[in-house]
Amino acid sequence: MDDFIIRALLAGVGVALAAAPLGAFIVWRKMAYFGGAISHTSLLGVALGFLLGIHPLIGVGVVCVVAALMLLGHRGKHLGNDALLGIIAHGALAMGLIVASSISGIRVDLMAFLFGDILSVSTEDVYFTWAGAIGVLAVLGFIYKPLLSITVHRELAVVEGVNIRLIETAFVLLLAVAVALSIKVVGVLLVASMLIIPAASARSFSTTPERMIFLASVAGVVAVCLGVLASLKLDWPAGPAIVAAATLLYIISAFKKPA
Amino acid sequence: MDNTIKHNLLLSAEGVKITINDNEILQGASLSVTEGEVVTVVGPNGAGKTTLIRAMLGLIHPDSGNIYRRPGLTVGYMPQKLSLDPTMPMTVNRFLELGVPTALAGHGRRKKTLEEVGIGHIANSQMQNISGGEMQRVMIARALLRDPDILVLDEPVQGVDVTGQAELYRLIRKIKNNRGVGVLMVSHDLHVVMAETDRVICLNRHVCCEGHPEAVSRHPEFVEMFGEQVAGSIALYPHHHDHHHDVHGEIHTKGHSHDG
Repeated sequence: MDDFIIRALLAGVGVALAAAPLGAFIVWRKMAYFGGAISHTSLLGVALGFLLGIHPLIGVGVVCVVAALMLLGHRGKHLGNDALLGIIAHGALAMGLIVASSISGIRVDLMAFLFGDILSVSTEDVYFTWAGAIGVLAVLGFIYKPLLSITVHRELAVVEGVNIRLIETAFVLLLAVAVALSIKVVGVLLVASMLIIPAASARSFSTTPERMIFLASVAGVVAVCLGVLASLKLDWPAGPAIVAAATLLYIISAFKKPA
Repeated sequence: MDNTIKHNLLLSAEGVKITINDNEILQGASLSVTEGEVVTVVGPNGAGKTTLIRAMLGLIHPDSGNIYRRPGLTVGYMPQKLSLDPTMPMTVNRFLELGVPTALAGHGRRKKTLEEVGIGHIANSQMQNISGGEMQRVMIARALLRDPDILVLDEPVQGVDVTGQAELYRLIRKIKNNRGVGVLMVSHDLHVVMAETDRVICLNRHVCCEGHPEAVSRHPEFVEMFGEQVAGSIALYPHHHDHHHDVHGEIHTKGHSHDG
């Protein structure tokens, strides 16, 4: 196997493993559009990264965190969450496109950021992805029980002594980091699918939250492998191929009655 | 308040005022629960019952007035309803573990607590597949695992049929007697709850009257609030059963009678 395939698989698996548990929480907490909105803002991060001459992924991380905190801080005001998410997602996407178009001299490969470019990841990217993934999983493990408790029943969790603000902020920041990690692999437009689809596929085979997370990880890894394979054999774009594979797994799982 | 009462006071509210969106929900409500006492808050819809409970639990802050919680008080809370999202797979066992530190959630302890509330057989069931009455018992079990000093129950019999309601109130009474916990609950179904209560607080934005169930049921404000007929039927209610039904509807003839 060529080195670039191994790097692609390693990076993809790292992303899938970090995305699976976060995705399960997104599905449980009905935050699918939250993930989508954060990922749309990341294009602005990429563009700003180029503009300021810093690593685009750092730009993405910063912009995602800011967007996430804005969403969190604005909750429960006069607008519904869905409208707010729409404003942030599309406003930031538009600004990202404007900033990207104004950068002259440097060729910004927009397609690579919109749809990912997993076959071109460097060794450095692999380290970066795995360090990020392990960091995300470690923090998530630390806040896992209180986060699950909040997800089941907020007020019960408060009475039982959970610091809701702290845990929810930590979760949203983890999401932002995971989105930044996934950009290279599946691209801005498909990031949310890596979070949601494997978790959704795992639902009907699960009897406990932990089992759902485990199966979502398996589904994510399988989707990455199938997608990279399809990309090599059929010359499909890799990011969309991974998402298509994940979607296929979901369709198969939809025939199974919930456990 | 004299010292003998204050000594075993668990939780109290004093002159609590809460206004939400220009609507004065509570106009200075006071309420206290002492060790081993069952206090029930009754009142019509919109009387502020749940708001008062939420304030006493620290879930909302009163605009004025005081909330007293005995230092180190452990609260077992049972919210009005738990509707678990269908996307989350969850067994009863796993649900119970969530509310307590891992050390308190051992298998033996969970099993014992489920048996205490009469649902030992559903430990591995999915939360979405159990009945309304079983769900209430699971919630009580989760509260009990915390070894609470006080149980706070918001409409504990919601969505449970009439025989199931009496059964649940009797269970709460039994838990109180065995564990010596204080109980604070909210209810609007008066008939059954009165028989299992030490003290009734009648709330309609302020405390209209309070005291022993029988005395309260004759109080003019109470009669006015709930109507002659309802109030009259409650005064007659405390009576003896020669049997009772368990969760499965099976009849147990033990010459059971209410205490108190």
